[in-house]
Amino acid sequence: MIPKPTFEDDLSGLPTHAFGPRSLTWWGIIGFMVIEGTAFALTIAAYFFVMAQERQWAPGQWQPPGLIAGTLFTIILLLSEIPNTMVKKAAEAYDVAKVRSLMPVMVAIGLLLLIIRGFEFNSLHVMWFDSAYGSIIWALLVLHTTHIGTDWFDTIVLWRLMRTPHGESPRRLVDTDENALYWRFVWLSWIPIYLLIYWVPRMFR
Amino acid sequence: MSSAQKPKPPAEKIARDGPKLTGAKLEARLAETWRTPPGFIGWLSSVDHKDIGRRYIVTALTFLALAGALAIAMRLQLARPESRLISAQRYNEIFTMHGTTMMFLFAVPVMQGMQLYLTPLMIGTRAISFPRLCAFSYWMYLAGGLLLWVAFVMNIGPDIGWFAYPPLSGPQYGIGKRTDIWAQMVTFTEVAALALAVTLTATILKQRAPGMTLARMPLFVWSTLVVSLMVIFSMPSVALASSLLLSDRLVGTQFYNPAERGDALLWQHLFWFFGHPEVYIIFLPATGFISEIVATFTRRPIFAYPIVVLSLVGTGILAFGLWVHHMFATGLPRVGYSFFTSASMSVSIPTGLQLFCWIATMWDGRPQFRVPMLYVIGFVITFVIGGLSGVIIAAVPLDLQVHDTYFIVAHFHYVLIGGAVFPLLGAITYWFPKMTGRMMSETLGKISFWMIFLGFQLAFFPMHISGLMGMPRRVYTYPAGMGLELPNLLSSIGSLVVATAVLLFVANMLLSMRRGQVAEPNPWQAGTLEWAAASPPPAYNFAHIPVVGSRTPLWDAGERWPVVHGLRVDDRELVLTTIITAGPDTREPSAEPSPWPLISAGAVTVMFVSSMFSPWAVAFGTIPVVIALTAWFWPKSPTPSKEPVIE
Repeated sequence: MIPKPTFEDDLSGLPTHAFGPRSLTWWGIIGFMVIEGTAFALTIAAYFFVMAQERQWAPGQWQPPGLIAGTLFTIILLLSEIPNTMVKKAAEAYDVAKVRSLMPVMVAIGLLLLIIRGFEFNSLHVMWFDSAYGSIIWALLVLHTTHIGTDWFDTIVLWRLMRTPHGESPRRLVDTDENALYWRFVWLSWIPIYLLIYWVPRMFR
Repeated sequence: MSSAQKPKPPAEKIARDGPKLTGAKLEARLAETWRTPPGFIGWLSSVDHKDIGRRYIVTALTFLALAGALAIAMRLQLARPESRLISAQRYNEIFTMHGTTMMFLFAVPVMQGMQLYLTPLMIGTRAISFPRLCAFSYWMYLAGGLLLWVAFVMNIGPDIGWFAYPPLSGPQYGIGKRTDIWAQMVTFTEVAALALAVTLTATILKQRAPGMTLARMPLFVWSTLVVSLMVIFSMPSVALASSLLLSDRLVGTQFYNPAERGDALLWQHLFWFFGHPEVYIIFLPATGFISEIVATFTRRPIFAYPIVVLSLVGTGILAFGLWVHHMFATGLPRVGYSFFTSASMSVSIPTGLQLFCWIATMWDGRPQFRVPMLYVIGFVITFVIGGLSGVIIAAVPLDLQVHDTYFIVAHFHYVLIGGAVFPLLGAITYWFPKMTGRMMSETLGKISFWMIFLGFQLAFFPMHISGLMGMPRRVYTYPAGMGLELPNLLSSIGSLVVATAVLLFVANMLLSMRRGQVAEPNPWQAGTLEWAAASPPPAYNFAHIPVVGSRTPLWDAGERWPVVHGLRVDDRELVLTTIITAGPDTREPSAEPSPWPLISAGAVTVMFVSSMFSPWAVAFGTIPVVIALTAWFWPKSPTPSKEPVIE
């Protein structure tokens, strides 16, 4: 039998939210980032596996993808970290007004990036059904686009929520903080993909 | 700065557990707060980890029965040479369904179901970390299972083997929808398994009872943590592989098509990068069961706890370096053969260490041979035989001789049934009183154990012989006069004995659920926290969250049962602790029941299934998914409450 309880610490004074690894939300986000990061890494492994079948890369009959759209996308994506960091810091400082004013900027950047991404697909100079080279290039770009799209939609929902009275709740600021963390994953994972789609096919021709 | 400032001390009017609110009064209020709403809609909305865990286990056992029935069908066909009971095409479908169901719909889900049910109880918390994600996971798993089996019943079941190698599964040979159904079922089950892996990891790292440092965690929880991380790192591989296969089949990509510079071997790498860790994802939870059972029935903590933990972690890491041993027959560079042979052999070291630790525990303790312990003994004997045949086929020349023969079939049934199903049956017997409040019959349990154990040896040992004599796996018949009749007949008789014994086990479960001896909270006098909760546990698990001072708190409790207090009683609230030392850190709300996980899973199902027919379904199907997920997340009251809740 279990003896009668002996009461030790009173936890009623503990906070009901925390930022970073102290919160469950952070662990959830990290879990999914690791899953998606693994999927990226394996797709990159598949890229090199396919590349090993070829003497030239991009294979002779295809021009490497055009640089303009992809590079413009990369520059804007990297610059987006400035407002992203501002949102993150504002959330951690409990500055709801600033969060509310900056989130539409992130939404607009997401939309702009999705539009440029459309041009990127148009400048690959190969279709997904042409060859394994085309398939893997498209796979990398589609996989990354789903991340841009998902985070864009996430950000819209969160922005609308932050404009309600719920935005005042510190736990929503934790959500904002973790959403900004996820955006970092989105742009960090883009860097190797950008090199693989646009530069490696130029280096091995 | 806005009004949302740093946390304020809680208002005094909120009801909290403590010296003034304890006993029956507290339990009644907690029961009201944590209850699943009544009625069918309430049942569909449940986010209680025990409900979802039970559903996982029952569904997985149903799939075990279905896959078992297919196994019997195969054994009846092979009982005599040149049998015409089952046609070649139907036989292809049957072995594909058997393997696929066993691996994707039984083995992993049943282990995760046990983990989901037990983990919060073993670490002393009231709920799992993301309860709605767990509910979503279950519905996705169920939808994937139904997709496969409805297709089979409609005569469009897959016929490409459980690992679906292209080009057989590719667009050129795998015509029709059979392969698409297989590949999409993989997507369903991987989404489900990954969601559970994330929630289990977060729960273990952040929700352990105060004082339960990592070094005091039950070994089953350690195995759950290692396995969840393995799922996170391995399952994206098969999800990617099957997505690429689907896109080859549906939109004309060329990943696995050598004619357009793709490579069929890419599939094998991606599949086995998942497929080999998968074996340990199934096996390591079983080692967790064994550690708990052995400790309880020898009345002493497991010998050399740190070595068992290191073995679990070591196996988890080494499991990722072995996948190519499934591909020895594809032709590899010499260094590849050497590396993967030595890696395959080295994984037997941590497993061997664990075995020695269990044996040392039994040696030093006072073993009681109750039914769960008998399954442990059955495991040790069977798994050692399977492990030894594994070391044999890790050597390339031997592997090339027996590749794709019944020797391999014998090997993996010895390690998977001996290594995972025996411990699972022991675990079900062991935790049955916790889950149902009643004991299983010891007599029926012993009869079914001996029938399963001996029937298994009769069914699978002769397969080593038929394999060495050259009988290939996956053949629907064999000619007479080659000496294969006797081993095959023995295997068929053995499989019928196992099937009868499993039916007896299920009958024991059903009878005991109604008429079994009523169980107290700790009927086996075990040492871990789940036995401190009532049998079956209430929705809130523990009235007060215990403070843990050792690895076996129930054995070391003495006259004191220290607890923390101050958690809200009228809202769902958990205590989060620090990752390593488990010091109290924050209070966190826990999600209330919701129908949205089910609705979201329904929307995702519509998208996944229709995408097999048109790629546009991905675009249009996303809209309902997005609406459902937003409704899931969106708060239901117009203004936030004083203290946070997840409505």
